[in-house]
Amino acid sequence: MRVLLRNPRREVELAGGRPVRTVLAELGLAREAHLVIRNGTLVVDDAVLDDGDVVEVRPVISGGT
Amino acid sequence: MVASVSKCRVCKQPAVIDLPRHNAKFCAEHLLELCRRQVTKAIEQFAMFRSEERILVAVSGGKDSLAVWDLLIELGYQADGLYVGLGIGEYSDVSGQYAQAFAERRGLHLHRVDLRDQYGYDIPTAARATRRVPCSACGTSKRHLFDRAALDGGYPVLVTGHNLDDEAAVLFGNTLRWDVPYLARQLPVLGARPGFPRKAKPLCRLTERETAAWCIVRGIDYQVEECPMAAGNRHLAYKAALNGVEEDSPGTKAAFYLNFVERMAPLLAGQRAESAELGECQRCGAPTTGEVCAFCRVRERSAAHAPVPVELLLGSKRRAG
Repeated sequence: MRVLLRNPRREVELAGGRPVRTVLAELGLAREAHLVIRNGTLVVDDAVLDDGDVVEVRPVISGGT
Repeated sequence: MVASVSKCRVCKQPAVIDLPRHNAKFCAEHLLELCRRQVTKAIEQFAMFRSEERILVAVSGGKDSLAVWDLLIELGYQADGLYVGLGIGEYSDVSGQYAQAFAERRGLHLHRVDLRDQYGYDIPTAARATRRVPCSACGTSKRHLFDRAALDGGYPVLVTGHNLDDEAAVLFGNTLRWDVPYLARQLPVLGARPGFPRKAKPLCRLTERETAAWCIVRGIDYQVEECPMAAGNRHLAYKAALNGVEEDSPGTKAAFYLNFVERMAPLLAGQRAESAELGECQRCGAPTTGEVCAFCRVRERSAAHAPVPVELLLGSKRRAG
């Protein structure tokens, strides 16, 4: 599946058939600092991402004060 | 085999988000309801403003400022926005476009101030001219311009999009240094003083994961990219540390900040320096402890400096790193 990552913006190809939490762990990304959007819709940690999905892992942390 | 579907705690429909600190998952509709409820609770609990008061929202084009503006309008408040063009290259251009598009789509009024056009400098140049971290000149400039716009525009209250993570990170930093004067002023609402509007943070009970989710569910386009000048700052390091604790012990960030406000802040009330004698800035008339206010000092040093493109500043930052 195609996964869009941010900061910097880039795309990676990862194997599907796995839940969101596993994909985040593989990418080394903290759940508390990210949301996952599949085909335009937010998904929960145990949602299984499929090979045909278009996935965005969106960071939610802002650096300003 | 039928895959199990995580369900919303409220309605049992398919969930779109896990919120471990609430030990629950929510569908889109009930996520929005939770956000409205938390913001309403913050406004009422801390007596932030009344429904008849005009509100000025500091808008950056990011998720938090657009979410708080959207929430206030949804909850029936009269809220205009103010966007300050900071001159941080393409990042600022795109951020301004998101703020403008949001306002236009909803028929809201967005004031605009441009640092370079109206004050003769931008943040990359200010960082170089003052030899301070960019976030310092940026914060000084925004605070001054937001205060001034609120007072000049007759808005009794200025709202910012600071969320629970922002407040917890600042509290963490102030606590690590035992910076008592800053700790004493870290409140969800600060009353008006001569030369300053009241300031309120209605998102202080929502994490930034929740404010981002609000924007996604509501279809609000916002600047997702991080400010290039904020990379590696201390605030981000504090957030990462707190999120590490939060993953192991959900609810810690909320307890840390909200219990501070409830239990510790009252004990520090006598430490607030609000009664400090403030004079008027000789240049602009803003309140200041010296002869010239911090904003005018930044402006004068920066406007006299040759413009520094953000790419140049980031290049030297990387080399230094």
